[in-house]
Amino acid sequence: MKRLRVDSTVIVLGILLLVIAIGAILVATVGRSFFSPGNIRDILTGMSVLGLVAIGQTLVILGASLDLSVTYVISLASLIAATTMNGNAANIPWAVTLTLLVCALIGLVNGLIVTVLKVNGFIATLGVGLILQGVLNTNFQGSAGSVPWAFQLIGATGLGPVPVSTIIMIALAAVVWFLLDRTRTGAHLFAVGGDPEVARLSGVRTRPPLIAAHVLCSIFAGLAGLLLASRLGVGSPTVGQQGGYALLSIAAVVLGGTLLLGGRGSVWGTIGGVAIFAVVDNVMSVMQVNPFLKDVVRGVVIVAAVAVYSRRAIVRRRTRFGPGGTRTGGDAEAEAAAPAMVAASHALEAEADRVEGDAATQGGAR
Amino acid sequence: MTDTMLADTPLPSGGSDVVLRARGISKSFFGVRVLSDVDLDVRRGEVHGLVGENGAGKSTLMKILAGVHPADGGSVEFEGQPVAWSHPRQAMDAGLVTVFQEFTLLPERTVAQNVFLGREPRRGGFIDKKGMQRRTRDLLDGLGVTFIDPGARISSLTVAEQQIVEIVKALSFDARVISMDEPTAALSDHEVELLYAIIRRLTARGVAVIYVSHRLKEIFDLCDRITILKDGALVSTDATADLTDAELVRRMVGRPLQSYFPGPVDGTALGDPRLELERCGNEFVDGVSLTLRAGEIVGLAGLQGSGRTELVEGVFGVHGFTRGSMTLDGRAVRFTSPRSAVRAGLALVTEDRKAQGLALGQSVLDNSLLVVRSVFAGRTGAARKRVPGILSSLEVSSRGMDQEARFLSGGNQQKVVLAKWLVTDPQVVLFDEPTRGIDVGAKVAVYQLMRQLAAEGKAVLMVSSELPEVIGMSDRILVMRDGELAAELPAGSAEHEVLAAATGSGEAPDEGAADPRADDEGGRP
Repeated sequence: MKRLRVDSTVIVLGILLLVIAIGAILVATVGRSFFSPGNIRDILTGMSVLGLVAIGQTLVILGASLDLSVTYVISLASLIAATTMNGNAANIPWAVTLTLLVCALIGLVNGLIVTVLKVNGFIATLGVGLILQGVLNTNFQGSAGSVPWAFQLIGATGLGPVPVSTIIMIALAAVVWFLLDRTRTGAHLFAVGGDPEVARLSGVRTRPPLIAAHVLCSIFAGLAGLLLASRLGVGSPTVGQQGGYALLSIAAVVLGGTLLLGGRGSVWGTIGGVAIFAVVDNVMSVMQVNPFLKDVVRGVVIVAAVAVYSRRAIVRRRTRFGPGGTRTGGDAEAEAAAPAMVAASHALEAEADRVEGDAATQGGAR
Repeated sequence: MTDTMLADTPLPSGGSDVVLRARGISKSFFGVRVLSDVDLDVRRGEVHGLVGENGAGKSTLMKILAGVHPADGGSVEFEGQPVAWSHPRQAMDAGLVTVFQEFTLLPERTVAQNVFLGREPRRGGFIDKKGMQRRTRDLLDGLGVTFIDPGARISSLTVAEQQIVEIVKALSFDARVISMDEPTAALSDHEVELLYAIIRRLTARGVAVIYVSHRLKEIFDLCDRITILKDGALVSTDATADLTDAELVRRMVGRPLQSYFPGPVDGTALGDPRLELERCGNEFVDGVSLTLRAGEIVGLAGLQGSGRTELVEGVFGVHGFTRGSMTLDGRAVRFTSPRSAVRAGLALVTEDRKAQGLALGQSVLDNSLLVVRSVFAGRTGAARKRVPGILSSLEVSSRGMDQEARFLSGGNQQKVVLAKWLVTDPQVVLFDEPTRGIDVGAKVAVYQLMRQLAAEGKAVLMVSSELPEVIGMSDRILVMRDGELAAELPAGSAEHEVLAAATGSGEAPDEGAADPRADDEGGRP
């Protein structure tokens, strides 16, 4: 009666390898090498910012929440860092500390709104995001501050073809993996995201894990903002929006096999999802594909990948006659959560961004 | 086999054999008395059966003991100490753990992670995964279970294996009393044997088990003593040896039929067959043949999970039949969606009016027009004119047709559901638990409506868990068991006859010919 199931991280890895194989062939057709150190460096560089945001996003999504405010947190972080450093290397430690503290505070607010005021994570972070956008637009007309050379090195150096920023991102992913795997906070985050009632009945305090997830998510967005400031040399009030990081990070998380309903997923899957995006982007850049077609391809990748998971995760009601599926508590939970998912996917569509497809697919498939 | 969890547990002090003593437990929900003055003693190492009809208060009693609901009155002593638990975790920590019908496991987490959820063992501040797995392994070994891997995901386990994990979770709390609500509802034969073996191991260690089940065979096989509840009150607690099947059933159901079931309306004539099923089946039911005639009310009885709802859902196209044939007024039909069934003149008053029957945030009028608007849009105008008349004939009391359905009482909500179907002029009306949770006045209105429909030459099928209702209203009684029609009984059959057919314990239960596996599915836990 046991159902064989392939771990979703393995599927992500499979898709990634497939994408790399196709990409390598396509790149070869235009007479370039996909595996040249320069190209690998480009891909890894492309991964690091989105990777940081998506690691944080993984945490909140595991807790069955979302964070749409990351876009604005990124912009704000770049500005706080750049204006505080103000071109002086001596200010770097203080600037980094201040930036991350402000981000943690925003995350705390998000977490408290979601857990204490019981506002859906989607709406709560949308609201906080709008507030931040207003603050950014009133206080900054354009790029501001100046990042000293010492800090710009972080975004510019590397070990061989591997950029330092990517190493940092992967190291932090390992820390988050450890957090999820080996701490009570991590275990309880899975429980709260999977079924808050089960968690509560088991004596888990349901608020702290989710608050922690939101705080960490904002801190990771802050780190992404620091990295962008390091690359640009200035702080920018629009750098987050330009990257479309909120929805792209959610897409990467889902692409990585994490359930948008919470309770299942892994940070390594997310890194895989980010890598798929980076490879697809890189191949299209090398082949000088029309940028609008790029979006089409991204959209197709998201929808196709999530469709693969959905086929695997079809919930079967326990049947009496014919091939029997075993009904588990999770199915009822998934059914119960379906309306919220559908609502969320509609709201995503309203956001009119390129990545709404995955959420709608995910919502529809449940 | 390591018995670590219980080997180091000292016997309860005080020398008393009674682990759990409840006295005078009473509970009301929304003014309805569910339990009144119930006493229960559970002894160390015994299996204590708790039986009663649906609605007798078994589940409520278990939930009160488990700390899920507070009792309105009465006292509970656990191991000689008075206790007043307000959270299930307190009961668990004390050593009383309940395995509910709906599992409290996280499907995406491993066995060990579920067993120790909220109490993960730590080493140096971090979760001791190896220790957690080893302790889970020990607990499983202690039950003689070697086929479950502590690292396996719950969703990869069968229902029976999940049940074992629930029991292991209970044991990890060092449980002295484990109560199980219908533990075999979803298990197959050999899985039930396995559960028996596990329960015997538990009792041999001195753990007491409270065992709630509808299956009388299991109760008699397993239990040392049996407590019978009826209508929220204690009937008796006896040693199993002092009871027979027949006596048990008599005590469970022995009550006069309420007199408020209206008889057929004058002039009601039994007419031609309207809906006929010939060996119909879907994923949940099989081989169902039945005929609904104009002018009759057919009752459909059966235990929870016997496939009653699935049968009407099959007829109505929710889970359409994949086998067999169905005719409506002599024409072959096959409904693949509720929409096609409604178009053909069927109506289904669903089991759960809040989730399936009403748009709670919409007005009474909008709800009444819900079906007409979506299926017979062209008739909406005419239907709108009829709604006030239908609502007043059903005696719906609302502040007006623009009142939101959520603010109505249960009985009035149900009447709005009825109105929603009446405006479509249905020819075959399926009722699924039409009187669940509504007051007596509204019940009578529902009964009168059924009789009225029958008098108008419509065919009526009623699913109900309330035996008095089935017997009081039906012109014929069909009994489902195990996804199939088990029996057809005439009007006025006795409750024990219906129950015997539903449990498969035969006409003479004490002859030992009982089929213990009567209700072997729980397709919708």
